[in-house]
Amino acid sequence: MQLHKKKRIEIIIERPILRRMTDALDTSGVHGYTILPAHGGSGQDGAWERDGLVSAAGAMVAIICILDATNLEPVLDAIYAVVERQIGIVSVSDVEVIRSDHF
Amino acid sequence: MDVILNILTANLLSPIVLFFVLGLAAAIARSDLNIPEPFAKALSLYLMLAIGFKGGAEVARAGLDSALLLLILAGIALSFVIPAIAFSILRVASPLPRIDAAAVAAHYGSISIVTFIAASEFLQSQAIAFEGYLVAVAAAMEAPAILTGIWLAQRGRKANSDTQGRERRMPSMREILFNGSIVMLVGAFIIGWITGDEGLETMAPFVVDPFKGVLALFLLDMGLIAGRGLRSSLRMMGLRTILFGIYMPLISAVIATGVVMLLDLSTGSGALLITLAASASYIAVPAAMRIALPKAKPAIYATMSLGITFPFNLAIGIPLYAALAAAVT
Repeated sequence: MQLHKKKRIEIIIERPILRRMTDALDTSGVHGYTILPAHGGSGQDGAWERDGLVSAAGAMVAIICILDATNLEPVLDAIYAVVERQIGIVSVSDVEVIRSDHF
Repeated sequence: MDVILNILTANLLSPIVLFFVLGLAAAIARSDLNIPEPFAKALSLYLMLAIGFKGGAEVARAGLDSALLLLILAGIALSFVIPAIAFSILRVASPLPRIDAAAVAAHYGSISIVTFIAASEFLQSQAIAFEGYLVAVAAAMEAPAILTGIWLAQRGRKANSDTQGRERRMPSMREILFNGSIVMLVGAFIIGWITGDEGLETMAPFVVDPFKGVLALFLLDMGLIAGRGLRSSLRMMGLRTILFGIYMPLISAVIATGVVMLLDLSTGSGALLITLAASASYIAVPAAMRIALPKAKPAIYATMSLGITFPFNLAIGIPLYAALAAAVT
């Protein structure tokens, strides 16, 4: 089977700014993304668990999107504008997909 | 004095306070007792629905007068002013930097709807009547403090700092006013108002009968969360900051007592307004602070609001505020 090289962006971000991030992705040419809840974790401010939060303010979510390398720069600029002041991790990796036209 | 002590004891031994203490103790003892987050969220929505609906039905029965508008305006004014006072005190009496002090101050200007619900239950247990429209006042007092807190953080900062220049970021009106809890509270209030006694009769098996049990379960969860917060964050706060979480509600209560006297409120409504002013937010404000002041430490403002002020109000504050209201009305 033929595989197609793409870029995969993974964004771990605070729940309160999720809408801002998806707005940025929607307007920067990303064709689709998936949002996953984070159950817990640990970082500079210590460990946290989703079940131990009284509201969504302290929760984190993960956003995954796959796109063509030619679109990477403008999308990363849009992501950076949202996350530069917030807690969050953005990583980019090389992946291969089986259907190129989806991305 | 004996009367106040008896009321305090009765409050401390009420099921909802004891369930909160159970949660607190379980968390401090590192028990694996846990309420899943989606279930806790459903409990919270249920409480908003029930308290909003019952308040609306009460207004439909008793009718509205100009006192409501006046009371809402007074509540909004309190929510704007209290953060400025809290901020000034924190800058003098605690080692917190400006941005943390502003975030904490915003929490103390906004309100805790669960404290309001606990106070309503306390008043009912003491057979003290109150106006149903206080729910609308509670909703109106959520947001103004957020704007004051952000303004306090921005005032006097350098051009390239966290909240200035091109990086400045404000939560939108949608993010502040359409917070899910507020939408549920106000929406249920309006539905209760429209449907009145007939609606309440239909909904009673859902919004009246299970209410106390659900509140006890929710407070168990609040105890667990407060206990975890205290366990992990208490050491980073310092004694002067912790003490602020106890005396600031009392200062807010004294200010609100002035409003109660000015507006000539009933004892029950006065007690609820004082409780609202003395409570600190832990739902709407933290989300707004994460957007507007991301450098402010959530471990400080969340622990102060939920781990110190909420238990204080639940155990001692509410009966005290009711006694204060009774003394001036």
